[in-house]
Amino acid sequence: MNTAVDMSRFVRSEKIEALPPPSLTRGPLAWMRENLFSSPLNTLLTLVVAYLLYVIIPPLVEFLVINAVWTGTDRSACRAETAGHPVGACWAFVIDKINFFTYGSYPATERWRVNIFFVLLAIGVGWLLWLRAPRRDLGAIYFFWLFPVISYILLTGGNVSLGIGFWSTFAVSGALLVVALAAAAYALKTSIRSAMLIGLGIVAVIGITLGLVSINWGLEPVPTSRWGGILVTLLVATVGIVFSLPFGILLALGRRSKLPILRMASVIFIEFVRGVPLITVLIMANTMLPLFLPGDVTVDRLARPLIGVALFASAYMAEVVRGGLQAMPKGQYEGAMSLGLNYPQMMAFIILPQALRIVIPGIVNTFIGLFKDTSLVSIVGIFDLVKAIESSRIDPNWAAPTIGITGYAFAALFYFIFCFGMSRYSLGVERRLAAGQKR
Amino acid sequence: MKKAIVSIAFGLTASLLAAGSASAQATLASVKQKGYLTCGSNTGLAGFGLPDAQGNWTGLDVDFCRAMSAAIFDDPTKIRFIPLSAKDRFTALQSGEVDVLARNSTVTMSRDTQLGLDFPAINYFDGQGFMVRKKLGVSSAKELNGASICTQQGTTTELNLADYFRANNMKYEVVAFATSDETFKAYDAGRCDAFTTDASGLYSERLRASNPDDHIVLPEIISKEPLAVAVRHGDNQWGDIVRWTHNAMLDAEELGVTKANVDQMKGSDNPEIKRLLGTEGKFGEAVGLPNDWAYRIIKHVGNYGESFERNVGEGSKLKIKRGLNAQWTKGGLQYGLPVR
Repeated sequence: MNTAVDMSRFVRSEKIEALPPPSLTRGPLAWMRENLFSSPLNTLLTLVVAYLLYVIIPPLVEFLVINAVWTGTDRSACRAETAGHPVGACWAFVIDKINFFTYGSYPATERWRVNIFFVLLAIGVGWLLWLRAPRRDLGAIYFFWLFPVISYILLTGGNVSLGIGFWSTFAVSGALLVVALAAAAYALKTSIRSAMLIGLGIVAVIGITLGLVSINWGLEPVPTSRWGGILVTLLVATVGIVFSLPFGILLALGRRSKLPILRMASVIFIEFVRGVPLITVLIMANTMLPLFLPGDVTVDRLARPLIGVALFASAYMAEVVRGGLQAMPKGQYEGAMSLGLNYPQMMAFIILPQALRIVIPGIVNTFIGLFKDTSLVSIVGIFDLVKAIESSRIDPNWAAPTIGITGYAFAALFYFIFCFGMSRYSLGVERRLAAGQKR
Repeated sequence: MKKAIVSIAFGLTASLLAAGSASAQATLASVKQKGYLTCGSNTGLAGFGLPDAQGNWTGLDVDFCRAMSAAIFDDPTKIRFIPLSAKDRFTALQSGEVDVLARNSTVTMSRDTQLGLDFPAINYFDGQGFMVRKKLGVSSAKELNGASICTQQGTTTELNLADYFRANNMKYEVVAFATSDETFKAYDAGRCDAFTTDASGLYSERLRASNPDDHIVLPEIISKEPLAVAVRHGDNQWGDIVRWTHNAMLDAEELGVTKANVDQMKGSDNPEIKRLLGTEGKFGEAVGLPNDWAYRIIKHVGNYGESFERNVGEGSKLKIKRGLNAQWTKGGLQYGLPVR
């Protein structure tokens, strides 16, 4: 009796240990069951993939890491009969040639200039891409004006001789531009004063740029024929990316414009460029262009593919941006107009910020494609990373069976790191910009 | 309308041609004025034109440009190398983008007569050859009856091969691949008995084999590939400079003048050496160069034999025998024309 009463008043003072969940609903076994073997088809697919991984991964690791050679000064290090063991990737070759892969034939004593260029590029990219960075407006000025000017002076040596004749022509055409803008403003009945200020600003920026470039900074001039390797790859990609976005936006707006000439010009440009492969543009620029130009006029051999790539990327970018513009509901345009905004204001403050956000994946996709397409310049004899590797591959000092594969593996790694980085960054930005649409 | 377009096109072409020939006449003057020579080079061919780990160009063709730069500027470094692919090499020369093209280009009649080019100096006599494994026990291409042969698709190599075997009434089996890399890999892996490409290429490919000493290059050369330095047609002075740069290097070898002893040789009593090094006569002036032009070449670059050994011969990894490129006195084809 007593015990029963005691029992009824019994309260456990500490919590009883929970039983572990059944092993088939939690833990690795359950995860595998749910994710890998949830149906006969999935089981089959899992087994097939596992087999493929088994076939691919171990030999790859063996080749790239276990049997790889890391030190050595010439081919004997990477040959099975002299090294005394089976030889996989010959990283010693990449280490020996890394300066050539990075700078090409850039003079050894001047390579600090390229290093500064890399640092300036990293600063500019970081400043613009890090969303919480301070003063990103200054960052934009830096990246789109100061950085290209400094880089040009650093890499080429600056000291472009323009001559007095050029400056007087420049002054006259600058004045003409300001007058023309003022006249246009008068005809369109907008503020003449602000039009003139804009004109003066443009002339001043161009003038300062040319002035900086023509100063003798005491740097040894380095012709572009000596540039090469990663320097050229990054340069082509950067120029393509930096030019393609603004030009692409302008082309997309042009294509949707109500002005027939502007619209037709944009359509023709976009459709023409999209209709030809990049490689024909490059061959046209590097092989055919010199035949069309008069004998004493030359365009720099590196500048030609740069321009070609930039134009090509702009056309693709224009179509991506147009996709975003078309996805905007008409109400957004009407709303902006009803607020009394004019066309530039409507585009800059209402339409483009939303439209560009929609097409971020497309934009980054174009950038990634462009970054990899830069390797095509190697076909027209520009020493980018791929070409540098190809010409090092046949160096008799390093002739060994695995040299070629090692070189290409290095190129693959380089391109993968950059493209994967871009892809991850765009995912992050998308997630952040889409925060307002999450509920 | 169509007529108008055609006439405009013709007008443009005509004016371009006029501009082209005007600039062609004065290559030496424009090179001197620029202060450097632009030299079209290979984008990478072992022994002939290849940037090293520091990015400096080396090779037999590169040495030729250096010799020209030495003759003109007394400095072998006043050159800009423009790497050119096989496709754009001749247009780059025609358009004036490069002053001279030293890029292992085979002279053929059509190239010489139809492209508006001249080939004043053949600096390497190449030709198609065969490589086989030693253990095959073959010492001549004539013994290759019934062999399987690895070659690159769609090249003249494949056609030469067919001609050679048909002419000698032998059977063979072609194993063709798209790239030279694949072709050699297949040979190295034992897919075929013999590998064929230009002889100079055989030596550099052999280095890449998994066991280079197992392979030999057969002595037969089955095609003619005279690799020459090219210039634009019409500027004869410039062509002369190219021709005599090559001959000076050959003469120097024949006379025993080397990079090391050239200063000493300047005091030689041999009239041929005196004329070559410019201590007698005024041979340089006639081509717009100073009279010690050949001295400068030997001093900075060396004679032909030195350049050959350093880049492709025994002094290099390639170890190509002189063969056809030996001096005429030693049974080769390199015959230096006399300076007099």
